[in-house]
Amino acid sequence: MKYIDEFRQRDLAETLAAAIDREADHRRHYRIMEFCGGHTHAIFRYGVQDLMPANVRFIHGPGCPVCVLPIGRIDSAIALVEVHGVILCTYGDMLRVPASDRRSLLKVKAEGGDVRMVYSTQDALKIARDNPGRQVVFFAIGFETTTPPTAVALQQAQAEGLQNFSVFCNHVLTPAAMRAILDAPQRAGEAALAIDGFLGPSHVSTIIGSHAYAPLARRYGKPVVIAGFEPLDVMQSALMVIRQLNEGRCEVENEYSRVVTAEGNRKAQARVAEVFELRPTFEWRGLGLVADSALRIRPEYANLDAEQRFEVAAISASDVKGCECPSILRGVKRPVDCKLFGTVCSPENPMGSCMVSSEGACAAYWSYGRFRQPDDAGAVQEGVA
Amino acid sequence: MCLALPAKIIAIDAATDMATVALGEVNKEVSLALIDDAQVDDFVLIHVGYALNKISQEEAEKTLRLFAEAGLSGEMTR
Repeated sequence: MKYIDEFRQRDLAETLAAAIDREADHRRHYRIMEFCGGHTHAIFRYGVQDLMPANVRFIHGPGCPVCVLPIGRIDSAIALVEVHGVILCTYGDMLRVPASDRRSLLKVKAEGGDVRMVYSTQDALKIARDNPGRQVVFFAIGFETTTPPTAVALQQAQAEGLQNFSVFCNHVLTPAAMRAILDAPQRAGEAALAIDGFLGPSHVSTIIGSHAYAPLARRYGKPVVIAGFEPLDVMQSALMVIRQLNEGRCEVENEYSRVVTAEGNRKAQARVAEVFELRPTFEWRGLGLVADSALRIRPEYANLDAEQRFEVAAISASDVKGCECPSILRGVKRPVDCKLFGTVCSPENPMGSCMVSSEGACAAYWSYGRFRQPDDAGAVQEGVA
Repeated sequence: MCLALPAKIIAIDAATDMATVALGEVNKEVSLALIDDAQVDDFVLIHVGYALNKISQEEAEKTLRLFAEAGLSGEMTR
């Protein structure tokens, strides 16, 4: 397909690998956090890590919406189905994520709950139109990429006077999470997190623009390179981070210029601003409570807010005992450091969220065989000082 | 989750603000509510049934040239 195949060419990958090998200073480390699960997936699927010299390592970030959603929010969604009897619509990624008591939305559906997988917010609106006698809730998750489609649906429902539709909003914000990772204090039993630079998100950035990361690069002195999701994009972006570090620069650069601009998609930003406002605080799995890191529905659309229409209890639930998802999401532990990984926890029977989504670090390690080389990716944290 | 695919617009229905796009061999209906000035033959990035942005052919070619030039010099991205 156009704009995909060209960005996977083997000969160019070899050119880029040779350039990285030549330009990376062997006397230092390059610890590059790819924020997005989409990048994590590409790095594993295409073996990008294996094309890097030993001192250039990728650290996997928390940019996987289903991975960072705390269990309590899924428990709340389950309560909407079981207590309030709603039709709950959500994206496929959400269905298998473990909730409390080893349950999931898929199990709730198997037990007779009306949970429906949708591809688009337009499908959820259609279900509401087709079922005027039922309450239909869209369980909205995702980063800035996925928020504008929810905003459009809310505006459409408002305009149509669709009385039986509402949204359970769990949209979260990328720059706030990047700050939270850099600010997080070292915790007992964990290594300190060391990050030299970031691969910035691909599609989040198509909406918010590359300028959105400028304060972060400045305040923390970390280079950020907005990177496309194809393997050559990842390699070129890693090279750009390496060059910045070699030259003592810490700027925002944009490798994914075929879609990302400095200002982003203004129309989408405007729609989001009309419908949503900042939540003062929101809980993230792994990061805990993070100020100004999520969105809620504005009072003007309160009639379409599931948290106002129904009594959605704030449920605080703990992760499965032994599950290292929280530390893995902050980049301080690897999947192979988790006792559950590959024993009781696998993609077929996930215990933690990072094993569910193909963008989760655990699922990527498992699917592409990294568990066979426990020392490989780990050389980062323990390796050369 | 943030996966989005490049697709070519093959028809636009201005009344509903929807477009038919070709994703390889597959045609799909997507919403144009988030972009302006979409034209037939434009390439757009598709995410959960919405076009998020247009794709710039010129910038794509520039990026592909950067990959090739990485083999020549370290100064080409500046």
